Amino acid sequence: MSQSPLLKVDNLAFERDDSCLLEKVNLSLNSGEILQIEGANGSGKTTLLRLLTTALQPSAGSILYSGVGVSKCRYQYLSDMLYIGHQPAVKLTLSAEENLRWMINSAVKTNQLTIAEALDGVGLSGYTDIPCYALSAGQHRRVALARLLISEATLWYLDEPFTAIDKQGVSFLEQRLQEHLNRGGAVVLTSHQDLSLNNLRKYSLSSELGQVA
Amino acid sequence: MAHSINSGYSAWLKRDLLLAYRRRGEAASSLIFFVMVSTLIPLGLTPESAQLAEIAAGMIWVMALLATLLSVDGLFASDYQDGSLEQLLITPQLLPMPVLGKITAHWLTTGLPLTLASPLLGLMLSLPTAGYLPMLCSLALGTACLSLTGAVGAALTVSLRKGGLLLSLLVIPLYMPVIIFGTATVTYAIDGRLTGCHRWPYSGRYLPPL
Repeated sequence: MSQSPLLKVDNLAFERDDSCLLEKVNLSLNSGEILQIEGANGSGKTTLLRLLTTALQPSAGSILYSGVGVSKCRYQYLSDMLYIGHQPAVKLTLSAEENLRWMINSAVKTNQLTIAEALDGVGLSGYTDIPCYALSAGQHRRVALARLLISEATLWYLDEPFTAIDKQGVSFLEQRLQEHLNRGGAVVLTSHQDLSLNNLRKYSLSSELGQVA
Repeated sequence: MAHSINSGYSAWLKRDLLLAYRRRGEAASSLIFFVMVSTLIPLGLTPESAQLAEIAAGMIWVMALLATLLSVDGLFASDYQDGSLEQLLITPQLLPMPVLGKITAHWLTTGLPLTLASPLLGLMLSLPTAGYLPMLCSLALGTACLSLTGAVGAALTVSLRKGGLLLSLLVIPLYMPVIIFGTATVTYAIDGRLTGCHRWPYSGRYLPPL
């Protein structure tokens, strides 16, 4: 092996309350690749993503970012990463613009796109000043997804990004993902949808784990 | 990296202040509780100003403590529910900075208003004149301390569905030193035993819980 992959996961395991939620997860991801994590409901897809983002600590195994353990290069890893979780982290009393401004505040790698342009890009141009409690679930998701337009991070972790998004939004998101991959980015996402993207690989979590034999 | 440390603190501070401003009613509830309950004391105990003066300092402190406890419960709750807390965990910053930003916002929206309202309550409870300034100073420091200690409890109970009671059980023992020194400062000042430089050792005693 000449060069270490962008992301490498070795024998990752996660236990909670003495039951094993994830075990022997091995995967690797190079730049330009997208990995779709599949599995039945409750098979640990979200847990795996949260482990990758370091929001949860694994009980065994390691996550290597460019060959270095993520705990050793935490700052570099976190600034090169973008995570959109199951809950879109949208504050209902703030407007879409205020939400997005706060969300990208902590991001280190961003492009020149303004907040208004990004919200325009996800089809929220007429809704920027309205408090988010007046918006629909799909629009909340769009506010969170507007981060994808601004972010220059290499690694994207997306937990069910297509939830509550309409058909047009799905094709827009796929297009945006493809652009990101073409620029050398990498994506790990969980979704039950069939995606039409190049360099798509799938990783299945077996649902037997965690069940009583 | 120094820039991002600062921005983490100020970003979360500004955000929480803005959120509190948008939900003014909710943010004012602990202040309203503080004032309303304190007005009940003369009604329930005695309207005699001599007797009220003796208990005024302690009563105001107990009310301030309860009012803080009421609000500290929600410090992380809504962020936990909508996923913002998860985003906080993975920001490329030193984790204490955004948390301190949130706690500062909490103090500015609860502790500081309580402190500023305390002279009014002092008036209602016939607090002797010598007690006003020590009251303000000790409450300003003390409520900051309550916000900081309460944040530990709020963080520990955030994932529980009904964490309110457990939070009180966890946090009230830790509040005890604060209330002891807080009321002692005020009563000593009223008795004339606390003057000038003697004040500072008392404020210093708030620091250990920090």
